[in-house]
Amino acid sequence: MLAVLGILFLACSLLVPNFFTIQNMQGLVLAVSTVGMVSCTMLFCLASGNFDLSVGSVVAAAGVIAAAVMHSSGSVTIGVAAALASGTAVGLLNGVVVAKARINPLITTLATMQIVRGAAYIASDGKALGIGQESFFLLGNSAFLRIPTPVWICIACFVTFGFLLARTVFGRNTLAIGGNEEAARLAGVPVDRTKIGIFALQGLIAALAGVVLASRMTSGQPMTSQGFELEVISACVLGGVSLTGGVGRIEFVIAGVLIMGIVQNAMNLQNIQPFYQYVARGAILLGAVLFDRYRRRQ
Amino acid sequence: MTLLRFEHVSKSFPGVRALDDVSLDARAGSVHALLGENGAGKSTLLKVLSGVYQPDTGGLLIDDRITTFARPSDAINSGVAVIYQELNLVPELSVAENIYLGHLPARAGVVDRRSLHARATELLRTLDESIDPGTRVAKLPLAQRQMVEIAKALSRDARVLAFDEPTSSLSARETDRLFRVIAGLKSRGCAVLYVSHRLEEVFRVCDCATVLRDGKLVQTFQSLGGVGHDAIIRSMVGRDIGDVYAYSPRSPGAELLKIHRLEGLGLSEPASLTVRAGEIVGVFGLVGAGRSELLRLAFGAERATGGSVHVDGSAIALRSPMDAIRAGLLLCTEDRKKDGIVPILSVQENINLIARRHGAVGGVIIRDSWERRNACEQIRALGVRTPSPAQAIRNLSGGNQQKAILARLLSEQVRVLMLDEPTRGIDVGAKSEIYAIIRALAERGVGILLVSSELPEVLGVSDRILVMRLGAIVGEFDRSNATQEALLRLALPPSS
Repeated sequence: MLAVLGILFLACSLLVPNFFTIQNMQGLVLAVSTVGMVSCTMLFCLASGNFDLSVGSVVAAAGVIAAAVMHSSGSVTIGVAAALASGTAVGLLNGVVVAKARINPLITTLATMQIVRGAAYIASDGKALGIGQESFFLLGNSAFLRIPTPVWICIACFVTFGFLLARTVFGRNTLAIGGNEEAARLAGVPVDRTKIGIFALQGLIAALAGVVLASRMTSGQPMTSQGFELEVISACVLGGVSLTGGVGRIEFVIAGVLIMGIVQNAMNLQNIQPFYQYVARGAILLGAVLFDRYRRRQ
Repeated sequence: MTLLRFEHVSKSFPGVRALDDVSLDARAGSVHALLGENGAGKSTLLKVLSGVYQPDTGGLLIDDRITTFARPSDAINSGVAVIYQELNLVPELSVAENIYLGHLPARAGVVDRRSLHARATELLRTLDESIDPGTRVAKLPLAQRQMVEIAKALSRDARVLAFDEPTSSLSARETDRLFRVIAGLKSRGCAVLYVSHRLEEVFRVCDCATVLRDGKLVQTFQSLGGVGHDAIIRSMVGRDIGDVYAYSPRSPGAELLKIHRLEGLGLSEPASLTVRAGEIVGVFGLVGAGRSELLRLAFGAERATGGSVHVDGSAIALRSPMDAIRAGLLLCTEDRKKDGIVPILSVQENINLIARRHGAVGGVIIRDSWERRNACEQIRALGVRTPSPAQAIRNLSGGNQQKAILARLLSEQVRVLMLDEPTRGIDVGAKSEIYAIIRALAERGVGILLVSSELPEVLGVSDRILVMRLGAIVGEFDRSNATQEALLRLALPPSS
């Protein structure tokens, strides 16, 4: 995948006008930052043999909650905290239902995806909630060393979760659970606790992504990020994460996120209609995994 | 008449030469044993036969023509069927549907049930089997599923049938049944290849035998008359292994493990036992006697409904395996594939799965140097044969996987080690290595509780033997007064 990323980047730099410019690069990384943050925790989820469809709804709901709480309390901190806490709560709910009640994660999160989306519409009455606090906008719209703040947050996520996966007992246990859950349990791995932890972190990071997105849009929008969960899962799969669990590396996921981002960016620069972009994204996902399978057979 | 011949077959995988110029015949009306330690190349040979693997050089000679099977359907169409330990049946479909899977009798795409059932019944009758063809396969015991698998092969007009360890989960009576069926296949003019570690069976059912070692053909015995077990074992391991158990008396110390009136699923009455330091206690029983259940309950892997487990005098909470592990009570489970190895992870990862918390900073952040050192030390101490610690464990032979699992357990401070069928599906050489490991542990003062359904094994390694029957401990023998007959008589359910 790293090779694909390299070739793709070179090709776009040479062939697409205005691709390799500082301004475009800033836009590109800003555009993938939301998917990037959530792909970190999705990596854990998939590597442990689980699945989470609720992240898109959590992103939207977190923005709405942040906006609503900031409006009523007047405090940015309380608003952000409330959003993050709600996201974590959804994650905890997912985790407890999957780990303790042993309900299939696909079904569990399919249900919470709809519940949370509905809750976001109810809380906002289906309308975008404007935010009055100017200081909140800094989160999404400022930059440091010419790199937008959301990108810094995304990088922090990659570093943190990359470390967690490769260098901590929690990360290694995650892979062991994905590789053989019963063997992991008999080896004393706290399987249920680890799974709940993974889902809770996933909720937290999705909510964080939602807050940052609300800051960029200066409002909490209940209808945002439809299909976001599939973008995140696509990026992970492009990054070689196995859907059956046990396999996953953060550097490949970063590559997957960037590949998706570059393709979308190049298409935008070429003024390709959004309708065609869906087709192209799907085709690239299919092509990439087929290529990967072919290469592995060699 | 030779139905099929392996002609100079060679097959390599990265780092291993799995088959090296192997030639052998499958003759009509003959049962040909394939023998060898794990990793000798038997499985690879069967996979070449079934079309899963393609040989690098050489091929299969059928009807005077050399071919190779590019895919499993080629093998089926050429009248070859391989019956693996893990049977290839669809549990939710009926017996008849399984037998005719892939060529169901149909009219205009609609399955003709009447003809399907009639044909399945007929086919099963030739095997002396009276299962209702409408039964779901999931409801059948393993021995009958095996018959369904054989019927499936016959429905495809298989002339060459290969069995991979067919008796490993069968009772003695079921084994007799299977052997009668194999004799029937012989008289129909089929050629049978028979892979097993159980030499007694080979002598009972096979006409000739081929021994493989490290991918090479060592010797073919054209007739087994007058050939001794020792000659075959020598040929398999390439050396005299003498007494594999090498028992020598030890003097056990203080009581280390005490299981007191333990109750739970699979036990019909409360179970109590003790193991002293440096003592090897064997638990013998037939399949379904509750032996594995007893160990799993004591380990906290299943929820006990009553009773207590004490290590060195202090009771352990039976909430999860971690409680037992912390007390130094470890379990090596019966089924490596199901709940032992994590197949896609490396040997190193597998070894460090339990003990890494000791090496990790604050029990949280992994220390690479510790992980590498522990894995290497354990690999060396237990003689795990692997190209490198980074090798995925699924590429190792069964015996080496088992040693890696032991390495995982022994990375902890073990006080009491419970072993559930530790040598199942493992070749003679690796077996004697595992017995040596168990003996060395006992000499260091570790208490050993060993469950086995192989009488010679229980008798060979144990200081004391408990017998289980129908979920209860029903007797105890000292090594000096235990005999195969006495143990078996006690273990058999009373005939009603």
